Amino acid sequence: MSLFLIVALPFLGAFLPGIMNNAGRQTCAGVTFTVTLAAFVGLLSNLPTVLAGEVVTTGINWMPSLGMNVNLMLDGLGFFFALLILGIGLLIITYARFYLSRDDNMGEFFTYLLLFQGAMVGIVLSDNILLLLVFWELTSLSSFLLIGYWKHLPEGRQGARMALTVTGMGGLALIGGMLLLGNIAGSYDLSVILQKGEIIQASPLYVPALLLILLGCFTKSAQFPFHFWLPHAMAAPTPVSAYLHSATMVKAGIFLMARLWPVLSGTPEWVIIVTSAGLITMVLGAVIALFKHDLKALLAFSTVSHLGLITMLLGTGTAFGAMAAVFHILNHATFKAALFMSAGIIDHETNTRDIRRLGGLRHLMPVTFAIATIAALSMAGIPLLNGFLSKEMMLEEAHHTILFGSLWLVPGLAVLGSLFSAAYCFRLISHTFLGPKRDDYPAAPHDPGFGMWGPPALLVVLVVMIGCAPFLAEPFVKIVTASLLGEAAEVPEAHFKIWHGLVPALFMSIAAVVGGLIALFLFKPLLRLWDATPRPEAKTIFEGLIEAIVSLTRAIMHPLHNGSFSRYAAIAAVTMVAMGYHAWMTGTVGPATRAPQSAGPVEIAGWGMLVTATVGLVFLHRNRLLSLILIGIVGLMVSVGFVFFSAPDLAMTQITVEVVTIILLLLALNFLPNRTPIESSVLRRVRDGGIAVASGLATFGMAYHFLLRDAVATPISEFHLANSYKGGGGNNVVNVILVDFRGFDTFGEIIVLGIAALLIFALTEALLDGPVRARLLNRTPDQPRAGDMHPMMMVVLTRVLMPVVMLVGFYVFMRGHNEPGGGFIAGLIVSIGVVMQYMASGFSWATTRLRYPYHGVIGAGVLIAGLTGIGSWFVGKPFLTSDFAYVRIPPFEKFELATAALFDLGVFLAVVGAVMLSLESFSRLARRTDMQDSEHPMDIDPSRKGYDPADPGNPKREGV
Amino acid sequence: MELELLVASAIGILTAAGMYLVLRLRTFPVIMGVSLLTYAVNVFLFASGRLTIAAPPILSDTVQYTDPLPQALVLTAIVISFGMTAVIVMIALGAYLGGSNDKVNDPDAEEQS
Repeated sequence: MSLFLIVALPFLGAFLPGIMNNAGRQTCAGVTFTVTLAAFVGLLSNLPTVLAGEVVTTGINWMPSLGMNVNLMLDGLGFFFALLILGIGLLIITYARFYLSRDDNMGEFFTYLLLFQGAMVGIVLSDNILLLLVFWELTSLSSFLLIGYWKHLPEGRQGARMALTVTGMGGLALIGGMLLLGNIAGSYDLSVILQKGEIIQASPLYVPALLLILLGCFTKSAQFPFHFWLPHAMAAPTPVSAYLHSATMVKAGIFLMARLWPVLSGTPEWVIIVTSAGLITMVLGAVIALFKHDLKALLAFSTVSHLGLITMLLGTGTAFGAMAAVFHILNHATFKAALFMSAGIIDHETNTRDIRRLGGLRHLMPVTFAIATIAALSMAGIPLLNGFLSKEMMLEEAHHTILFGSLWLVPGLAVLGSLFSAAYCFRLISHTFLGPKRDDYPAAPHDPGFGMWGPPALLVVLVVMIGCAPFLAEPFVKIVTASLLGEAAEVPEAHFKIWHGLVPALFMSIAAVVGGLIALFLFKPLLRLWDATPRPEAKTIFEGLIEAIVSLTRAIMHPLHNGSFSRYAAIAAVTMVAMGYHAWMTGTVGPATRAPQSAGPVEIAGWGMLVTATVGLVFLHRNRLLSLILIGIVGLMVSVGFVFFSAPDLAMTQITVEVVTIILLLLALNFLPNRTPIESSVLRRVRDGGIAVASGLATFGMAYHFLLRDAVATPISEFHLANSYKGGGGNNVVNVILVDFRGFDTFGEIIVLGIAALLIFALTEALLDGPVRARLLNRTPDQPRAGDMHPMMMVVLTRVLMPVVMLVGFYVFMRGHNEPGGGFIAGLIVSIGVVMQYMASGFSWATTRLRYPYHGVIGAGVLIAGLTGIGSWFVGKPFLTSDFAYVRIPPFEKFELATAALFDLGVFLAVVGAVMLSLESFSRLARRTDMQDSEHPMDIDPSRKGYDPADPGNPKREGV
Repeated sequence: MELELLVASAIGILTAAGMYLVLRLRTFPVIMGVSLLTYAVNVFLFASGRLTIAAPPILSDTVQYTDPLPQALVLTAIVISFGMTAVIVMIALGAYLGGSNDKVNDPDAEEQS
């Protein structure tokens, strides 16, 4: 089966359990199982190729310019991990079906589980490390959902947050490290990177890359000092713990270290960091595990300890260590998943996981007892079980490892770790199952149905099988090791045997087991000692750290973000001016290359009008109506300026936008006070004036300087001018740029415009639904209303003009490709024509004649523009490739038909819809339900209802 | 007088006036200020194509054209800025109708600022 499908199946399948939630729990679990089984079978179909030592690859380009592609590869190592993920996944799904209670939303659970599964398979099959990072983050997110699955439990939420924080931070570090790695190797493909070990280790960026990558791996795989999140993640349902925290997610960090082993390992930095982190984690985890009373916490710390063991084996940097690591990953996955599931069974049947409340379950739950005991003995390293084999390989490797110049450090600590490991295994068995039967269990314990004990039993069969006949696993482990080592080293000759003779590892093993038994007998005094020793509580430290960060952020944010908009604006302006000043002082300014052009009296007069209106606006801004008139003058002069400086399109756009903006502001002013009161002190005004003058001077200086100099690089406009007619079929280069060269930008812009209009509509709706409605109804107009609501002259004029406006709009639209005009301008012109009808004949008159709602017009516009773009796919061209042809229909002149015109039609409709929806929303605020809608346009109201000078407080009706 | 000086000073004056009004305490002058800043920014962007008289980018027999790209960018900017103005006006209106005054600042922050 294609690798794509193997990765995609869990993601696609993730929809199914969610959708089929109502079909029942059996169906839900069944469909999840089927999806996983399909991926599993697909994986196995690649087994022959992998066994032959070949690598299955497949890939498509995504963003080649960024080195990003969707390349997948399947070699021995990837196959091994994918097998664990999918194989144990199948067992976990079966187990979870019976574990989850009726109150749990099973569809949700299995959806998360499949998402997680897909992300994990993605990690192990990725060839591209950027793709791997995407999947890596996905595992963090989906595990957050899984850990916090029981949302009602605070521990679940806290544990999920902590896991996400720690692994997410590690993920960020990993991104940095991977980018560095890809940068050194010159490629983001693992297949290339793995060939460049020497270049990478010689690079000065090797150490930073290594540190960042290890940070990612250590956080994910719960290595010291990031081990603390894993026990807290145990608040998750047991199937999650068994799946994520024994067999899969925590192994992702291990996987990555193994994957990059050929290029990263072997250096002194690698050996010191990885080996010591592994050793510390192994010993620390084992010691803490011994004193945990919660079964799952015990198993969690034992997982931490075993992950440390594997990390240490990878850290030694020898081929034998790597092989031992692979073997232990396999063995740990089998016995630990079985143990977690057993712990879940005990919790499920007795309602407690506290070892102190258990004991004597041997008679009540014989099946569970058998499963858990075999798995735990394997973990303790008892012969004839698989844990013994890999643990002895570990001790053998430790025996040869020299760290910090000491011959005894590594072997000593390894024995100590194994000793505590054996001790907690023995404690788990004896304190849970052995001893007398008790009569105070929270529930009556008994063995569960086959659905729950079947999956761990299957794993225990593997434990015994590998333990008794290690030669069965040997070829497979060696193939995996070979692909892990790559060309960096040869696979060791050593064979997997139960009896190696009287080697040092055997004595170390015996010492650990005997020591473990002694520790069990001395458990009570040891526990008292442990309880008496003060030790840092990771959760408290973590929360304190978070608290400190939060208060630091608050301390910075609150003074800056105190709710004063004026302050933000002032800070932003001052910062920008200061940075610009810094750039000005540190940069160099080239000599002026453009000759200044002289201005005649007309230009100076235009400038004078603009400046007068602007300055007048500042001084007269308290009179709001007057300021609208002044800003109109400014807009008009800007339009005139556009005409003068060869930008007819801009002038047309500016002047039409000016009209609708002023109408909009007038509508708003209808509700707002007419005057702005004097509030700020003189000092404040001087300060604001200073900021304003500084900003003005800065922009003036910058504009003046670049106007007298040519661009540093040749503008790309040469291309546009040269290709406008040839490629775009239009003479108006501005319009061709809009609808053709940069059509994608325009497409985005009309969408933004549409969203803005919809936002205004939504805000209006919210206002009219809320308490504001009453205030609007009771509003007293502050000015006398016109007695003649719809003046006849204006009504007649606008109606006569309407067809003319439409014609002008059509004309401007059609000529747009070759002459100034186009969809934007035509849209604005037509909007003005329609707005005039509203103003002259009234809202209700216009609304009853409105055939299509404006939302629909916006949507149609965006849709037409989008479909025009998609149309080019059908002829095999990229999105929005335009085409054109010249046609001649007698008796008309030859004219052009371009797909760009269709796109421009979309722009036109979107603009009309957006402008009209915004203005209509504003005028709707003034309307009320009890107002009589007059069909007749000229309704003269001689009473001038709504305004009573004698009694302005008396609310009366008011028209639009 | 140079044309360059006129345009640059117009941009500067529009910016200064816009900035001053943006720093006022009521919504309406702030909106006016934002509008002035919009003019300033649009003219600034437009001017980055340098000032050319009587050479519109409409292909004809002449050989000299002004830079069309800033024009195309500014054209959409003008239309978008209408949309954005409408949104802030709506927000200002909603705040006034819902909160009975048209101050831009949080009342608690008024004393400190």
